[in-house]
Amino acid sequence: MDFDHQSLVLFAKSWGLLYLMGFFLCVVLYAFWPSNRKRFDRAKNSILDRDDRP
Amino acid sequence: MISKLTYAERETAFAIALATLVGGLALGIAGRNDVLGWQGVIVVVFAIAVLRPLMSSYYEPPVAEDRKVTYYDDPTKVGIVLAMVWAVFGMFMGVWVASQLAWPELAFDGAWSSFGRLRPTHTTGVIFGFGGNALIATSFHVVQRTSRARLAGQISPWFVLFGYNLFCVLAVSGYLMGITQSKEYAEAEWYADLWLVIVWVTYFILYIGTIARRKEPHIYVANWYFMAFILVVAVLHIVNNLALPIAWGQAKSYTIWPGVQDAMVQWWYGHNAVAFFLTAGFLGMLYYYLPVRAQRPIFSYRLSILSFWGITFFYMWAGSHHLHYTALPHWVQTLGMTFSVMLLVPSWASAGNALLTLNGAWHRVRDDATLRFMMAAAVFYGLSTFEGSFMAIRPVNSLSHYTDWTVGHVHAGALGWVALITFGSIYTLVPALWKRERMYSATLVEVHFWLAIAGTLVYVFAMWNSGVIQGLMWRTYTGEGTLAYSFVDSLVAMYPYYIARAFGGLLFLVGVLVGCYNIWMTIASAPLAASEKTDAPLLPIAVPGE
Repeated sequence: MDFDHQSLVLFAKSWGLLYLMGFFLCVVLYAFWPSNRKRFDRAKNSILDRDDRP
Repeated sequence: MISKLTYAERETAFAIALATLVGGLALGIAGRNDVLGWQGVIVVVFAIAVLRPLMSSYYEPPVAEDRKVTYYDDPTKVGIVLAMVWAVFGMFMGVWVASQLAWPELAFDGAWSSFGRLRPTHTTGVIFGFGGNALIATSFHVVQRTSRARLAGQISPWFVLFGYNLFCVLAVSGYLMGITQSKEYAEAEWYADLWLVIVWVTYFILYIGTIARRKEPHIYVANWYFMAFILVVAVLHIVNNLALPIAWGQAKSYTIWPGVQDAMVQWWYGHNAVAFFLTAGFLGMLYYYLPVRAQRPIFSYRLSILSFWGITFFYMWAGSHHLHYTALPHWVQTLGMTFSVMLLVPSWASAGNALLTLNGAWHRVRDDATLRFMMAAAVFYGLSTFEGSFMAIRPVNSLSHYTDWTVGHVHAGALGWVALITFGSIYTLVPALWKRERMYSATLVEVHFWLAIAGTLVYVFAMWNSGVIQGLMWRTYTGEGTLAYSFVDSLVAMYPYYIARAFGGLLFLVGVLVGCYNIWMTIASAPLAASEKTDAPLLPIAVPGE
């Protein structure tokens, strides 16, 4: 298959945008998914354990 | 170091070092009619330097160490020392080349000491020597603490660390001999590039392996940044360095990329070297050492995830802003420009996240120069990412490109962000690793901080002035439509700024020397009593190497 400049630009402008927005949506969903809150809270506090034990 | 290895592990280490020695010999013999031969000699000398201590203590009884309850910090310790050694070397070369611009006689009429050969020793020395060793050292430390697991290997961390330093030594010594690919931040030639691929893949496997044995359910965000750094640098390095040597016995190679595609690949690499080497990895440091030092969790963990994916996905497309007004298709330039501007959002999210973490701990920032290093780093990160987005806009770029403004921007990032966050992390790490209560002298940390800030500001302001004047002089026309200034006119105008720049760099270098002395004295001081808290992983883990 031969890609000319025009079709490449068209692909980038349509699917590229969808892909980025789709990706953005997935990341937002992951970050704000309610049940993830607990793991994130644990993770951000776990590095401060001074004795490094459970 | 060697006493902690089992006999089987010493055998492996010996075999690897011997294989390296044989490889160096082969390179030396194949390249005997070229400068390549000398590079082979350097490999052999390096391999012998590793082999000698290994052999002299080969049959000493192994020190009993319960690997289930200890982290493996020896590679991190050596990595920190190497990072500081490279910092002194790289920044000294920087001051030297900066002075050459003001006083050209400082090249002493030598081929090896000409500006073109010395400049890459500065960039490689500070980016890869100092930055790379600091990244490897801190990533080994952070991944173990955040995963509560020991490194997934006893020999591979050493192979990564020493192998990487061999690459740096080959690169820097090669430049002095006149060996270069002439690619910015990728000057090392094909044989060194191949070696780095082996080292880097080992690094990646080691890192993933350590995360795989983690006891924490969630992979802490600092590790995401470190993993992005390792993975993407591997991809960038391989693609940009695809080249064919003109002969197996010759150092010279030619890239497989033709013309404008070569330029695009190079700046896709070049800008992502900034993104993933000089940003992602150091953000990994920021997300671990800043909360630990401030004793406060990161302001928003969710924001750190959002900005992580923003940074990784936007940066990939930004490289073409280095090629505004060139033969690169216009829409590709526009794409790079757009993504560069969008990058401001996740960049400022990271910088803001770091600064908001300090809310409520500002008294610590005031009293503790180590934490202030990291605070200042976050501020400079915010400033230089704003500047970068701004300079990527095409009309702005028409003024800034090829001028000292670019140099000022790079150093605002490299000195203000990369180096400051590294020093903050190192000052946090050194007492913890060597089991000291604190650094030898808090006053010297303070002195280092102000020298670093003063040096950075003098440097950056000198280059802003110089760059804007240069850019304006190049585009000023007379009424007849001819250029108002010759190139030499602009050089004369640069002269005072070049002196100021060398002075700013000198201040920064003196700060690093103060830091080296402080670190040395901390290591040499008496350790804490053994009854102090142990720094160990949570639960029993599989013993590495079995």
